[in-house]
Amino acid sequence: MTALLEVNDLEKRFDTGGLLRGPRAIVHAVNGVSFEVAAGETLGLVGESGSGKSTVGRVILRLTPASAGSVRFGGVDVFELSGAELRAIRRRMQIVFQDPYSSLDPRMRAGSAVAEGLEIHRLLPAAEIPGRIDELFQEVGLDPSFAAKFPHECSGGQRQRIGIARALAVDPAFLVCDEPVSALDVSVQAQVLNLLADLQRRRGIAFLFIAHDLAVVRQLAHRIAVMYFGRIVELAPTDTVIRTPLHPYTQALISAVPEPDPVRQRTRIVLKGEPPKPMAPPPGCPFASRCFHPMKNEVCVTDLPPLRQVGATQVACHYAEYSLQQAVSPQPAATKPQPPAPNS
Amino acid sequence: MSDLLEVQDLRIRFPAPGGGVSVPVDGVSLRLARGETLALVGESGSGKSLTALALLRLVPPPGVIDPASRIVLEGVNLLELQGEALRAVRGGRIGLVFQDAMTSLNPVISIGEQVRETVAAHRTLRGREARERAIALLDEVGVPAASTRYRSYPHELSGGLRQRALIAIALAGEPDVLIADEPTTALDVTVQAQILELLDQLRISRGMAVLLISHDLGLVAGRADRVAVMYAGQIVEEASTARLFRSPSHPYTRALFGSIPRLDGAVDRLVPIAGAVPLPHAWPSACRFHPRCPEVLARCSIETPPVVPLAPGEMSRCWLLVKGAR
Repeated sequence: MTALLEVNDLEKRFDTGGLLRGPRAIVHAVNGVSFEVAAGETLGLVGESGSGKSTVGRVILRLTPASAGSVRFGGVDVFELSGAELRAIRRRMQIVFQDPYSSLDPRMRAGSAVAEGLEIHRLLPAAEIPGRIDELFQEVGLDPSFAAKFPHECSGGQRQRIGIARALAVDPAFLVCDEPVSALDVSVQAQVLNLLADLQRRRGIAFLFIAHDLAVVRQLAHRIAVMYFGRIVELAPTDTVIRTPLHPYTQALISAVPEPDPVRQRTRIVLKGEPPKPMAPPPGCPFASRCFHPMKNEVCVTDLPPLRQVGATQVACHYAEYSLQQAVSPQPAATKPQPPAPNS
Repeated sequence: MSDLLEVQDLRIRFPAPGGGVSVPVDGVSLRLARGETLALVGESGSGKSLTALALLRLVPPPGVIDPASRIVLEGVNLLELQGEALRAVRGGRIGLVFQDAMTSLNPVISIGEQVRETVAAHRTLRGREARERAIALLDEVGVPAASTRYRSYPHELSGGLRQRALIAIALAGEPDVLIADEPTTALDVTVQAQILELLDQLRISRGMAVLLISHDLGLVAGRADRVAVMYAGQIVEEASTARLFRSPSHPYTRALFGSIPRLDGAVDRLVPIAGAVPLPHAWPSACRFHPRCPEVLARCSIETPPVVPLAPGEMSRCWLLVKGAR
């Protein structure tokens, strides 16, 4: 299967500091990120705030320029396009933002917001647009009467549906969903997740689903990529990541998901501290300062582990083989690595 | 275990659009013992946060607390307090941690100063002593290098550290009760785990009672001793955490469970609750959940369901639990 989207060695640097803004520094928000997304597939992109996951989504769509690397969509290099060709490919790649409160124009009625794309891309004769808007509202589970409403008249869930209808209007093949449910209540979150699953089944759209909650990502993703400090540290099919996470950071992320059962609480790995300062990246593994892997040693502090294949997983940890072996046949309890001490 | 805080029949009224009265909190009763965590769970708009504000007498005008309501802290009805006595409770004996640290911290005052201000407001400490106490509080909530970070402004800190600073402020009055209103909603899961762990540690080390307010039933499972589920201004189910998760008795509680994405088992389609929480001036008649209830009976829309006691301190407001109601 050829990939719909191919991301190669993507890099995004931000220049910070300078006149009146403190010392100059280069921040690598995204560093050497590569992955593919097949047509109709969902790739979950998971990580903490500041991990670079949203920047990846924005760079792919050229909402912000890349510093290096390439993005190919349907075999076409997206970064080489301009003018009409760029507009044409942008129609095929859309985005749903996290915050349905700030991503809709407060002075634009929902119907006009959804119609905008159709008008800009001249996809339909003007007379047919209102009928199409009605269909789109129904497709996202809103009564067509919502077309006349302003964003402030709608709830968070309804706004997110309007944002999804707006993205669907131009018939995309690929949708970046940037934390589309993290601002919503659990009950509304479930409605929106089901809606996205239905849309994918019906329209065969590929998703890059960006979120920080693995339980949410698991609902939709076929594969999951975990980002830390601008890099992918683990990438594998969803089941593999959830059941046998090989990177200690992924293990911590899984343990942080609240277990909705008071009896079966998982061993909690509460990470100490915070990621390194982006202005001063460590030479070795960026996770080393918080790592609790039993094999962790000086090599982790000095040598950056490359992303490599271990079993069914691509992982960036020097001791991933040990983790895999532990997952498959754990040693007796006496020598089993102890969970780290809780955060003091 | 004797109760530290007891809320009896709390009712909050607001003028409704069109001249009527709306009652967004309608007869809420809660008990909180020293050293325990009670979770108050429900969707946005169910009245959870307003209940929390009422405990501090901070209901925003034109809302008023019904004079027949009682909020009793160790024998004293807070609704009868005025002036200095009320201030001693507000932020003193009862501390409040808000959801959004970015908007509840003052952006132009360093976090240390904000903790020190609160220390000085509630205790006789002044000058250097108050400053040292503020540093000790920042240290207690896990702010690294607290004496240096004392001078940091909110925008210089991560979301997790801002939330810790906010908790330090809530602790400044040495509270007996800590109310945490969605303390982790805006945070990453890993940071969320850190903050919940911190609240647990503080509850144990200080012997506080914690009222943990959240829309996420999954989040409170590992943290609360008891859970009160709130819908449309009323408590619809109250139970020990173990019982609530083993056999939820109210259809609303069961419906909330259906919405939670899980990490184990097969990936099932989520079962969301249809529709949305109604607005306070339009609470449905009889059982307020009946228009959204998947297990609705004919009488649910006609007769108000009774409060069915299930065990000491456990109840459910549902016709399904009344023998012969079907």
